[in-house]
Amino acid sequence: MAQSKAIETVVGVFIALGLAAIVVLALKVSNISTLAGNDGYEIQAKFDNIGGLKVRSPVKMAGVLVGRVAEIMFDEETYEAVAVMKIDPKYRKIPEDTTANIYTAGLLGEQYISLEAGGAEDYLEDGGEIEITQSAVVLEQVIGQVLYNKASGDGDKE
Amino acid sequence: MIRALGRMGISAFGWLGRSWIFLFYVLSGMFGVIKRWRDLISQLYSIGVLSLVIIVVSGFFVGMVLGLQGYNTLVDFGAAESLGVVVALSLVRELGPVVAALLFAGRAGSALTAEIGLMKSTEQISAMEMMAVDPLHRVVAPRLLAGVIAMPLLAAIFSAVGVYGGYFVGVGLLGVDDGAFWSQMQSAVDFHEDVMNGVIKSIVFGFVVTWIAVFEGYDTIPTSEGISRATTRTVVNSSLAILALDFVLTAIMFD
Repeated sequence: MAQSKAIETVVGVFIALGLAAIVVLALKVSNISTLAGNDGYEIQAKFDNIGGLKVRSPVKMAGVLVGRVAEIMFDEETYEAVAVMKIDPKYRKIPEDTTANIYTAGLLGEQYISLEAGGAEDYLEDGGEIEITQSAVVLEQVIGQVLYNKASGDGDKE
Repeated sequence: MIRALGRMGISAFGWLGRSWIFLFYVLSGMFGVIKRWRDLISQLYSIGVLSLVIIVVSGFFVGMVLGLQGYNTLVDFGAAESLGVVVALSLVRELGPVVAALLFAGRAGSALTAEIGLMKSTEQISAMEMMAVDPLHRVVAPRLLAGVIAMPLLAAIFSAVGVYGGYFVGVGLLGVDDGAFWSQMQSAVDFHEDVMNGVIKSIVFGFVVTWIAVFEGYDTIPTSEGISRATTRTVVNSSLAILALDFVLTAIMFD
């Protein structure tokens, strides 16, 4: 009997260790703590071009993560991309005239939406829309423009 | 020639059929296992706890190797801070479940086959049948359930220890920034997408490995040569099954 009690204890320790490992993976390794669940309010913004933006891409204000992209749709009326963002309910005071830009983290990193607060007194509600947006910078277009400017610049000199 | 082909086909399908009938019969005895939970505990001990040492040690080393190799590649791109992402994603998604299952097949699966095979060859199984005790429900069912419970726990321990192994090498020895290691990892690893899918994978692997192990043991030719061949078959078949299933599961989960 004493031995079977010892075995039960060891098995208990083993199961506790395994569960602790899953908890470590959840809390320390993955992002369950940063934005858990689906609570939050939604705002949307229309962009001419969203580049490489994806669902779950970060939404940042002043570099701080305030939410994530929940859904990306295509508006057939205006031929624009609609990005629906889910904002953490902690951040309620986003002015109505906020601008949304799509930036890239680093030269080749992932793309994210950066919100820049305006000066309006009214704040965005659930379902609100950001009017002023700036599209993603597509690397090929930039390179094309640089080459074009360079060519025309050289032409002027001669 | 044709006859040999036919014989091979018949024996292959016979084996397949026996293993499924065996499985359903064992599963029908699962309720009894809950009543005899002490059997389950002692099986969890011999299957899970005794595999713990090899899992922890190899998890730590696999994590350290990932840390070293990942660092050497990433530092060329100036992205050494992404080391945490590389280590955690490869462990949680693939290496944790797969390597832990391979070790589990070698450590626990082979032991299960040999144990049940020896029970059969020393006629303990027949003796149980004589006493109207169902050996499939009494002997096999708790082992199968113990394997299914132990495998995801072992895989999670493997991954967690491996992440700390990578942390030890990357942050401790190679000087990657501590905060960036964890924060980049946390922003890249998703709990449902990555961690839970890894857990689901390891549950499937645990089930398949234990099923193969107990079936090979039960289906063995009751001689010493038969047991040794059954043990080999367990390790070979379950390793192949793990790798093939891993491909299928990865294709389904991370499309």
